[in-house]
Amino acid sequence: MIKTENNKAWFLVLPVFLLVAFSAVIPLMTVVNYSVQDILDPNTAFFVGAEWYREVLRDPRLHDSLLRQFIYSFSVLAIEIPLGIGVALMMPTKGRMASLCLILLAIPLLIPWNVVGTIWQIFGRADIGLMGWALNSLGVDYNYAANPGDAWATVLLMDVWHWTSLVALLCYSGLRAIPEAFYQAAEIDRASRWAVFRYIQLPRLKSVLVIAVLLRFMDSFMIYTEPFVLTGGGPGSSTTFLSQTLVTMAIGQFDIGPAAAFSLIYFLIVLLVSWLFFTTITHMDKSK
Amino acid sequence: MKMTKGKAFGIALYILFVLTPIYWLLNMSFKTNSEILGTLTLWPQEFTLANYAVIFTDSSWYSGYINSMIYVSLNVAITLAVALPAAYAFSRYKFVGDKHLFFWLLTNRMAPPAVFLLPFFQLYSSIGLFDTHLGVALAHCLFNVPLAVWILEGFMSGVPREVDETAYIDGYSFPRFFGRIFLPMIRSGIGVTAFFVFMFSWVELLLARTLTSVDAKPIAAIMTRTVGATGVDWGVLAAAGVLTIIPGLLVVYFVRNHVAKGFALGRV
Repeated sequence: MIKTENNKAWFLVLPVFLLVAFSAVIPLMTVVNYSVQDILDPNTAFFVGAEWYREVLRDPRLHDSLLRQFIYSFSVLAIEIPLGIGVALMMPTKGRMASLCLILLAIPLLIPWNVVGTIWQIFGRADIGLMGWALNSLGVDYNYAANPGDAWATVLLMDVWHWTSLVALLCYSGLRAIPEAFYQAAEIDRASRWAVFRYIQLPRLKSVLVIAVLLRFMDSFMIYTEPFVLTGGGPGSSTTFLSQTLVTMAIGQFDIGPAAAFSLIYFLIVLLVSWLFFTTITHMDKSK
Repeated sequence: MKMTKGKAFGIALYILFVLTPIYWLLNMSFKTNSEILGTLTLWPQEFTLANYAVIFTDSSWYSGYINSMIYVSLNVAITLAVALPAAYAFSRYKFVGDKHLFFWLLTNRMAPPAVFLLPFFQLYSSIGLFDTHLGVALAHCLFNVPLAVWILEGFMSGVPREVDETAYIDGYSFPRFFGRIFLPMIRSGIGVTAFFVFMFSWVELLLARTLTSVDAKPIAAIMTRTVGATGVDWGVLAAAGVLTIIPGLLVVYFVRNHVAKGFALGRV
């Protein structure tokens, strides 16, 4: 679309700008402020420069949780993206069944995050949960509260359950945008199922897949509530991800300086990824 | 593409996977605690509504739902009111710093709430918004406004420019054109946006819990108090969980046919 040059449009954007500036810029500046000072009490503070940043970058706890975070986010993507595409391909295309599937698939997305944690906390318990009970009666020694491997598997399974629907719904809407004529042409050419997927459906899904990959990456990168409720970050610290490390540091131990420095590093990583995201999308919009 | 038996089986299997944990919660909410902790039963043997009765008769329980509803509705109203004109500006005009502004808005959608937790708490306490519905509603604007602008911009860009131009030639002023012609044209887009804003405000807990203590405490935070001296009251916990699913279910029903487009942020 050709846009006209008009700086009065700023008046339309101003309310958004002020509102978001209020809840983003002020807190962000506070964080920046904390990250370079040592605050002993409200009236005594020393400027310490990059001290906290050095401390945070050397902290092995953070290295561990950063590593765990990356492993977790990539596992989430590796499972949810193919599964989501598969589910979208299997969904009925129209009619009541399609609406019903859409609603049923959307349910996990509408549950408050701590309730998601609670659901899986109950579901996985060996004494009162169906999954834990079933696995244990099959002879699998499954206990997510004591065994780090099981805890990981449960947190991952919970995320798959929670968010694969998002990928599926995105892909579903992408698939619906493919004109019927494409499939008819493929049928005339006697294209195989795989060829239809590889050369018609997949290329057409590109734009929604970029959105899906990046949304999932970013949201899994800031995951907090669900693992916190399910495992509390344990056993040990095997399922403690970045956000939880940060919350423990800032509110639990009240190490404000290092926590603020850590916040900014965390935010910069996210910023880098969202920049990649944004440029990819605007690039694709242009090439359309 | 035709529906085959294999596909129908596959999708049924996946939906079974989605529904089983929810069924288990529902099942548990109708059981007595002794049955829950006793033997594992696939459906309630002694069907009881006592767990729900606990919630509906205790104001400290049901006020949680009311609090959540109030701040979520406030958030939807504020978000739509500011995001609609902004999205129109982004979809129609070029102006100084438009790309930077749009990107900056998006970074707020991407910012981990944990980063802002402590400063938010201090900022809102210092201006008297701590433990108010408005405070939580404003805090949720941080990620909902960028999202709303983004989705709406996608929908608005789908309306041809000629519509605007014709209206101006016919002598419509901007507010009249916007309210009478433009908004009705994208009403499904507005519905979907409202749904998403509702959803993300409803499911968020970290900020909502940190910014409230008593008066505006959301239901999701109240749920944690089922952990008492005698252990966890599983039945009531399950019932409270089931009740948090219902509002979302009601809302998604109304936008079911547009939800997929909304998830693609209006960009399909």
